[in-house]
Amino acid sequence: MAPNWKRAIIVGASGGIGEQIARKLASGGCRVALVGRREDKLRQIAVDINGVSLNLALPFPSDVRDFDAPAAKVEECVRALGGLDLVVYSAGVMPRIGPTEYETAKDRLIVETNLIGAMAWLNPVAKRFERAGGGTIVGIGSVSGDRGRRGNPAYSASKAGLECYLESLRNRLGRRGVSVVTVKPGPVETEMTRELGRLPGMIPAGRAADLILKAARKFGKTAYIPGRWWLASKIMLSIPSRIFRRLPL
Amino acid sequence: MPPDPPSRPPAELLERVEAWGMTSASVAYVYRPSTLLGLDEAFETARRFAMKVALKGGGNSYGDAFQCAEGVVLDLTRMNRILAWDPAAGVIRCEPGVTIDQLWRYTLGDGWWPPVVPGTAHVTLGGALAANIHGKNNFKAGPIGEHILSFELMTPNGRLLTCSPAENADVFYAAIGGFGLLGVIVCIQLQMKRIYSGLLNIEAVYVANWKEAFAAFEKREAGADYVVGWIDCFASDSKAGRGLIHAARYLQPEEDAHPEESLNVGAQELPDTVLRYVARSKLHRVMKRFLNRPGMRFINRMKCRAARKEHGKRYREPLAKFNFLLDSAPNWKFAYMPGGLIQYQCFIPKDNAQSVFERIITLSQERGIVPYLAVMKRHRPDPFLLSHAVDGYSLALDYKVTRKNRERVWSLAHAMDEIVLEGGGRFYLAKDSTLTSSAFEQSLTAQAVQATQETPTHQTTPTTRTIQTFLQLKRRLDPESLLQSELSKRLFGPLEPTSARTQPPPAERAEQPERPPHVEPSQDFELPEPFWAEEGERPPDEDKLKENPQHER
Repeated sequence: MAPNWKRAIIVGASGGIGEQIARKLASGGCRVALVGRREDKLRQIAVDINGVSLNLALPFPSDVRDFDAPAAKVEECVRALGGLDLVVYSAGVMPRIGPTEYETAKDRLIVETNLIGAMAWLNPVAKRFERAGGGTIVGIGSVSGDRGRRGNPAYSASKAGLECYLESLRNRLGRRGVSVVTVKPGPVETEMTRELGRLPGMIPAGRAADLILKAARKFGKTAYIPGRWWLASKIMLSIPSRIFRRLPL
Repeated sequence: MPPDPPSRPPAELLERVEAWGMTSASVAYVYRPSTLLGLDEAFETARRFAMKVALKGGGNSYGDAFQCAEGVVLDLTRMNRILAWDPAAGVIRCEPGVTIDQLWRYTLGDGWWPPVVPGTAHVTLGGALAANIHGKNNFKAGPIGEHILSFELMTPNGRLLTCSPAENADVFYAAIGGFGLLGVIVCIQLQMKRIYSGLLNIEAVYVANWKEAFAAFEKREAGADYVVGWIDCFASDSKAGRGLIHAARYLQPEEDAHPEESLNVGAQELPDTVLRYVARSKLHRVMKRFLNRPGMRFINRMKCRAARKEHGKRYREPLAKFNFLLDSAPNWKFAYMPGGLIQYQCFIPKDNAQSVFERIITLSQERGIVPYLAVMKRHRPDPFLLSHAVDGYSLALDYKVTRKNRERVWSLAHAMDEIVLEGGGRFYLAKDSTLTSSAFEQSLTAQAVQATQETPTHQTTPTTRTIQTFLQLKRRLDPESLLQSELSKRLFGPLEPTSARTQPPPAERAEQPERPPHVEPSQDFELPEPFWAEEGERPPDEDKLKENPQHER
């Protein structure tokens, strides 16, 4: 039976896919806790969603790199929402990395935001859902995580790590009725990708949000967004390493 | 700097609490106390974290009566001790977690049977009182509340109140059927029914339509102790209302040549298999194959055919087999997975019953959502405040819920509510999943008028403001409005505290993990000795409780 989400936490809701997911959920009557670093942006989105009379969106400013915060923050969100049915971890960064750049500080930022932050937020959520015997966790991976691309090593590694972490959660929690979904979007028009320019197959963030929620409702394990990236990924995975390294990816 | 106080109780207490009908679920911090101190600890936790508390017995309410989303659920099944039994007088004193199953097994050998039992033996006595359950003998014996000699109610602030028809009568008549919103019933004294055999004399009657069904009930209600009817809801037009009615009566002294045999618990047990080969515990898997419209149409038709052959037969059957029909297929609700089921039970005054039953079955058929099971019973009024009974009949209808039909089922239920209210009917909250606050209020208004006219001796029945009377009583017993379930929120709305208990502000309270277990008596009620003190037992070691906070969970 498709889940009827009434209360959701969106981590990384101050822009991009997270913001769009929050808006889509709220338009269906779901109460959303907006978690993000930029407090002013969160408040603006909440005001936008709530209008004059609604109280669907609640801002919870928090930096995902503050790894001690989530345990208490999740409880705070749950209390404010009156429960929890869905958590979407959509926080992510992809700073521009030059072809000959090896900058540990940037790599650390990427891994901490995309992977360690996800673990810090999803661990207390997993514990709660395991006890509750239900719930949905959605993590935003990337097609970049399928292969080690030369363009942005840390980003690919962080997304591959996230996918593996989510698969482990799924294997742990599946028998308890918890659905863990990894979505792997192709290029999506967000602030993160703005400086990369128009990429082939790029879709608007609103469309990506629709497809992600649709995939999550189907209890899918891993979903490519949009679906054609499944084929592209299979082709990419079948390319021998010695050829893959020559491709401009 | 000391760590921040926790904002929630330990996550280890979190559990999914699902309606028996599987149509709703919520997450709550579940406490399973076995003593009064444990109850007090759970209330204190709720206070500390500004949560609400719902009470749960066997968890057999079809809807959300024992749910409290993100709050505390007090599961009372560990308070299941039988405290005293007088086999000469048939009076038993027990804790609220004692089940009907436990009860009849304990007393049967002495020739006593619970005076009122529902269709399953797995309900707890506390839950039975909270819902004021009825049985197939409601027209004769009334609800279980009429057989309660007294009970002790623990209010959320720790006071114990003895209630009986003579003492604290207003609380007695409101807490029975009050769905655990006034306090926790911690000790119950019940008058059992004397029986002279473990068997019942049964008569089976096939009825071809509604008219015959009502006539069969009327004809047998004077001489029978139990009457129950099964109705085929797939039948329409002239066949509408066809079904099978069973009338049963207790055996009189000397009627059973070997009462010692039938009064043996073993003689009441059902065999483990059906048709020799199908394990009873797996029966729901077989049922699942037929739980669709064509399947159930076929089953109903076959049952009618069998009923015609059974017509006029008289036989004897063990009490447990006749009464606990729902237990004959353990976990039968799983056949309704994954969407679950709701039961819609309405109580209609006898003059309107036939037309209302005809209308709601016809409406169900027109909307394409036919109940798979329908059970008809005869009732009489009772003096309880939130009573569901009328001088008339009830019809309980099981509807399968699926992802696709869920909204349509709810819409049908609301449409049926209107028909029921037009007929002066009422609803039974233990079965309810769909009722709105306005429909509930309307049904009780009709009830109050009727109750004052028909039971003038009942001192506590108010005029037409039943809900206000109940809520006034609640404000007196639970001024913090701690006891609230999802059912109460649905029917009364969220209840605000009228006064906070004298205690430190929340920030300070959070830093005080231990609360002195001693409870001061108030001016309103005198605090008697806890019942475990009367029994000569020592109270739980409070120091141990402090050392091991998990003890009571």
